[in-house]
Amino acid sequence: MRNRLFLWVPLALFAFFAGLAGYMLTQEKSQFVESTMIGEPLPDFALKPAFEGLPGAAKADFVGTKPRLLNIWASWCLPCIAEAPQLEALQAQGVEIIGIAIRDRPADVANFLTRYGNPYSRVGADDISEVQLAIGSSGVPETFVIDAAGVIRYQHIGDIREDDVALLLAELEKAR
Amino acid sequence: MIAEIGLAALWLAAALAVLQMVSGAFALKAAEGEVNPLAIYARPAAVVQAFLAVLAFALLLWAFAITDLSIKLVASNSHSMKPLVYKLTGTWGNHEGSMLLWVGVLAASGGLLAAFERRLPERTMGATLAVQGFVALGFYAFLLLSSNPFERLPVPAMEGTGLNPLLQDIGLAIHPPTLYAGYVGLSVAFSLAMGALLTNQVNPAFARVLRPWVLGAWVLLTFGIAAGSYWAYYELGWGGWWFWDPVENASLMPWLAATALMHSVSVLAARDALRTWTIMLGVLAFSMSMLGTFLVRSGVLTSVHAFAVDPERGAFILVLLLLYIGGAFTIFALRAGAVAEGKRFSFSSREGALVFNNVMLSAILAIVLLGTLYPLVTEAFDVRVSVGPPYFNPASAIFAVPMFLVMAVGPLLRWKEDKPARIQFEMLMLAAVLIAVIAVTAMVGDYPFLPLLGLGLAAALALASFLPLRGRKLARVPLATWGMVLAHFGVAVSLFGMACEGAFSQERLAAVAPGGTEQVGDFSFTLQSVTPVAGPNWTALEARIAVSRDGGEPVILVPQARNFWSPQQSTSESALLTRWDGQLYAVLGNQAADGRWQIRMWWKPFVTFIWYGALLISLGGILAIVGRVRVDVKRRHASEVGEERRADLAALGAAAPVPAE
Repeated sequence: MRNRLFLWVPLALFAFFAGLAGYMLTQEKSQFVESTMIGEPLPDFALKPAFEGLPGAAKADFVGTKPRLLNIWASWCLPCIAEAPQLEALQAQGVEIIGIAIRDRPADVANFLTRYGNPYSRVGADDISEVQLAIGSSGVPETFVIDAAGVIRYQHIGDIREDDVALLLAELEKAR
Repeated sequence: MIAEIGLAALWLAAALAVLQMVSGAFALKAAEGEVNPLAIYARPAAVVQAFLAVLAFALLLWAFAITDLSIKLVASNSHSMKPLVYKLTGTWGNHEGSMLLWVGVLAASGGLLAAFERRLPERTMGATLAVQGFVALGFYAFLLLSSNPFERLPVPAMEGTGLNPLLQDIGLAIHPPTLYAGYVGLSVAFSLAMGALLTNQVNPAFARVLRPWVLGAWVLLTFGIAAGSYWAYYELGWGGWWFWDPVENASLMPWLAATALMHSVSVLAARDALRTWTIMLGVLAFSMSMLGTFLVRSGVLTSVHAFAVDPERGAFILVLLLLYIGGAFTIFALRAGAVAEGKRFSFSSREGALVFNNVMLSAILAIVLLGTLYPLVTEAFDVRVSVGPPYFNPASAIFAVPMFLVMAVGPLLRWKEDKPARIQFEMLMLAAVLIAVIAVTAMVGDYPFLPLLGLGLAAALALASFLPLRGRKLARVPLATWGMVLAHFGVAVSLFGMACEGAFSQERLAAVAPGGTEQVGDFSFTLQSVTPVAGPNWTALEARIAVSRDGGEPVILVPQARNFWSPQQSTSESALLTRWDGQLYAVLGNQAADGRWQIRMWWKPFVTFIWYGALLISLGGILAIVGRVRVDVKRRHASEVGEERRADLAALGAAAPVPAE
């Protein structure tokens, strides 16, 4: 006689899967990949200016006396248009924002900033996503809070909505 | 009216599924050899239901063809300016439409089974149709209650939002329908397995009924997966042909189960062994299809195949899974013990080899399943991981390598019992080929181990696949055996392509100014120009790249970076130069600030053999189906002639001699 218990194995495996899947379905799903660089210092980099109007960006620009925002964006990115007013609002509150333009062209960058406003103190050109990947950003736009010592403290994935402004201000305060 | 008729057809089909289920169940109440009067409705219900479901799909197709923008699905997935062929293929390029296609194929296969299959006892057939109706009912409910493809907009849209540009490709016309037909063809195997289990009819006659369905579904799956792989290869522009993405795995798992099932069905048909195992695989194969549907549609896993993800739909499908898979495995656990043990065989026999490879296939299936679900498990503990080739390749190779070895010698063994010493010469010859190929390649260059092993195995397997023909009159070899030879040879060809791609591919990423020349492999390529071009619903930058091999006559390649304007999205259209010994693969990237263009070139030796092999495998499957069905028809004809003769003799009176059987 064969071992009958063996016949229950497929059902048991399936029950395990169903329980797991059922549990996961009830969980809030975040589609974002968080950077593992949070709490780490910025990697060394020095990017050339993304257009003629402003200087480029380097790691040294983040080291000083106050926390700053590092904004990953591009002129070809539609959500970046949506977040432009919020960046201006942050700038109006006295926040220094350093931009990194991903795979962009000087003319397009200049165009974008004339049309949608320029909240940046500097914009570096990252033509091959080198800095973007090094700081653990997987998409455009993303915004990082960098403290005065140049350490990455907070990551905001996606465009900055109106209610995110206060959140980012609070994170900047925390990083002080 | 189109939408309303389509919706009505679906509701009617659902009602008929209930009838089919109930009537089929009544067949179980009849005594052996008798027919319950209430059981006669199951077959016609299945046939009419098939007609209605196919009609519903045809109507949706029509709505897409004329771009009926009052239907929500059309408005959100089509566009009046799209070429007609992509309007049509757009019907199944979305969640609702593809589920309707799924249900249409499900009903059509149930209808075919009900209309033409007369060999099984009516009780078994009734139980089978009841299960098929039950499965169909769940998917009708899913469509009608949570994914109605015929939903109207309160106000017709002015213009549609268009189809994802990646899907505006002829690949979409081929890949999903064949894959779905394959997935769903396995539903018949599932229903037959349940029917046979419920009525205790797991025997060779049942296996012969099951076999063409499994073979057919398996051929379609093989072809569908290969088409999808080639589509991803040239459309995504990443240069790879398999990414171990959850959705790819979702199609691979039913294929692995179906491959195992196909072989075990053959053993059951020929030798009356492996009864319980065949039933288990029959349940498993369709379970894997449904599991794949769940993983893809519920959004519990992140994948490049982003269907409209909706947790509520996910919950609905999970309930269906609980009903069908849970129910089937419960019945299996309760009843399989009652299935009498089949014929015994020794380990060194053809059955033994088939069982071994069945276990290997199941192990690979478990590896793939584990890798696919692992992120789900860790995510439950808030750890995000992504499982990729570094896990899948070596882990599946652990079981694939012994499988290929046994696959080479298995067909040479005799049924029931054989001495390995009898095929000593063949085994030594294959081992010699294997070792020689690996040794020679390893001496030529420094290649990774797995592709090297793959090359050796491919060579040995290619030779081994023809050995079963040795010493036989080729004209008298049954068609099904030719099918096996061809399919096994196809596996060798595919494996050769994969190993070559893995070992010998060369890649070059260069920033090239117009007029500049670069080198990859034997090819030198010159960027002549980059110019804007326009298509029906896109604009693009098109590079003209002159490619010349070893200084020979140049050929022009034109990769594009396309921008679609409805919806807005950019895609990269790779350009391929196919030679008998491989493909040159060109992708146009962005322009750098200094005016140079990023160009990515691959030379992939023999990469096309991956898909040629898959075609051979499918063709082998088709030969096997034709061969089997022809034998069945002949046999049926012969038995009819015999019966007529007996009837004639009986009519001549009792004086006539009783014909010998």
